[in-house]
Order: sequence, then structure tokens, then C-alpha cells
Amino acid sequence: MSEHHPALAHHFEDLDQQFEAAGLGMWAFLVQEILFFGGLFAAYLVYRMSYPEAFIQGSHYLDITLGGVNTAILICSSLTMALAVFYGQQGNRRQLILFLFLTIVLGAAFLGIKAVEYTHKYHEHLIPGPMFHPEEAHPPQMQIFFALYFAMTGMHALHMVIGIGILVFLIYQARQGRYSVEYNSPIEIFGLYWHFVDIVWIFLFPLLYLIGRH
Amino acid sequence: MGPHLVPKRVYYTIFAALLVLTVVTVIVAFIDLGPFNNLIAMTIAVAKATLVVLYFMHVRYSGKLTWVFAGAGFVWLIILFVFLLNDYLTREAWSNLLTGHP
Repeated sequence: MSEHHPALAHHFEDLDQQFEAAGLGMWAFLVQEILFFGGLFAAYLVYRMSYPEAFIQGSHYLDITLGGVNTAILICSSLTMALAVFYGQQGNRRQLILFLFLTIVLGAAFLGIKAVEYTHKYHEHLIPGPMFHPEEAHPPQMQIFFALYFAMTGMHALHMVIGIGILVFLIYQARQGRYSVEYNSPIEIFGLYWHFVDIVWIFLFPLLYLIGRH
Repeated sequence: MGPHLVPKRVYYTIFAALLVLTVVTVIVAFIDLGPFNNLIAMTIAVAKATLVVLYFMHVRYSGKLTWVFAGAGFVWLIILFVFLLNDYLTREAWSNLLTGHP
């Protein structure tokens, strides 16, 4: 039966093989993503070891409550995404759409809080460049901390914006009845991407918000 | 057949573990443990990432080829960090970080 499924591309034997190939393709992309963010983490490591005091002082400007709430929101969104994959595999269209939608809501909440944090940093003159002049005395290298803060959280936020765009597309496809028990790999493949973005934040949160708090 | 159907109970358990580990990492950050603060924070982050990869990303239930792909990313990352530190930690200005003497 499955070889006649409309979603089966002609160059695959069956839907299982097609699913495995799609999953591996996403993993190849994620390996590239690991190394992309790896470069940013490597820059962080070198500068933090070079200027530990500047990094600790910079970290104190970040809001642990907002960062912590955002961490919890992202973990919740990973759960709703995992459940969307679960209902997609079961062919439960109603629940699939509901959990994809909840994932969008949580992702948007994360970005909203991030926007509030960025606004605070703007008003406190913590944007690196000619406008950088926080009121308190600080080592000049604190600017490096904020350059990395904006680069890393900014790239992470961009990944979330793209993710939300794809979620909207998946809901549209689900409403069209594209997904079923036999064919739901786009949901599963996108889940890999969303969970990866969660993992990046799992490292960003302690490295940016929690250093030198004791 | 298709992909492995993971029971919902597994997702809820991992979710709870991730939230608990987040609370632990925030609490530990406020206790002065010297150099161990960084070590514990990174150990917790690696543990959380491992849970996400194995259960939410289904690597635990995936074929060997997926393990190779996922593992390759982290091996490459380790090469990046090991050789970066190999350079910086052996520079004059940094040698005190290795010996612990200023």
C-alpha cells in the first residue's frame, strides 16, 4: 500500500526509508548548526578567560528572573512540540494542530520577554558601539560581554523566529489534511530543529545570566 | 511501521527533570563553590542537553546512522575546544590558569 502514498517521492523504496533519509538530512543540518554556535561559544570561552571580571560585571546587568522564566517557557515549548510529534504519529489532527499552536504561543512569549530585555539594555546604554556608556564604572572589556550577549541571544532568537514561521506552515499543512499515521515526517523533522534551539538556550542561560552570582 | 512511538509518560518525565535541573542550576549559582560553580553549571547543562537529545529528539530510539551523525557534531565541537585551549592555555599570560599560581 505505502508505495502508492501520495507523499512518497519516487526515488525512495517506501515511506520508512524516506523518513530515515529526511531525519538524517536534518541531523546533517544540525551538525552544521552545532559548529556554527560552537564558534560563538569558543569566542565566549576565550574572552571570558581573558577578562573574567568584565564578564561577571556584565552578567550582573542581566535579569535572572526574566532569563529563568524564559528557560522554563522554552522547556514547556519543547514538551508541547514533543506532544505535537506524538499526536502527529497517531494521526490525531485536532490535537496535532492544538500542540503546534501552543508551541507557537510559547515561542512568541519567549521572544516577547527577550524584546523586553533588549529594551532594558537599550535604555541602560548597554548596546556595544559608540552608544555604550553604562552609568557605573566598568572595565572596557564589558563591551565584549555585551557584544557576545547580543550576538548569541540574537542568533538564537532568529532561529526561533524562523521556527515559528515553519510552525505556521505546518499548521496550514495539517489543516489541509497532509499528515496522517503513515506520513508525518515533516512534524518529526521540525521537532528536531525546535529541540536543538532549546539546547542552545540550555547553555546560553548559565553562561550569560548565572556567572559570578555568589 | 514508521518511527518509534514514544509514550507520553516519557515526555512528561523528561520535562519534569529539565525543570528540576533548571531550578538546581539557578540555586547552585548563588552558592560560592569556587571553581566548581562553572563545572557544576556546565555538567547540569550537558545533562539537560543529553536528555533532550536522547528522548525529545528520539536518538535513543533511532538507528545507528543517526547516532553517528549526532555524535559527529559533538566530536567536531570537542576538537574545536581542545585545540583552542591547547593554544591559549599555553600562552605566557594564561599559564597561571593551568598552574593556579598568579
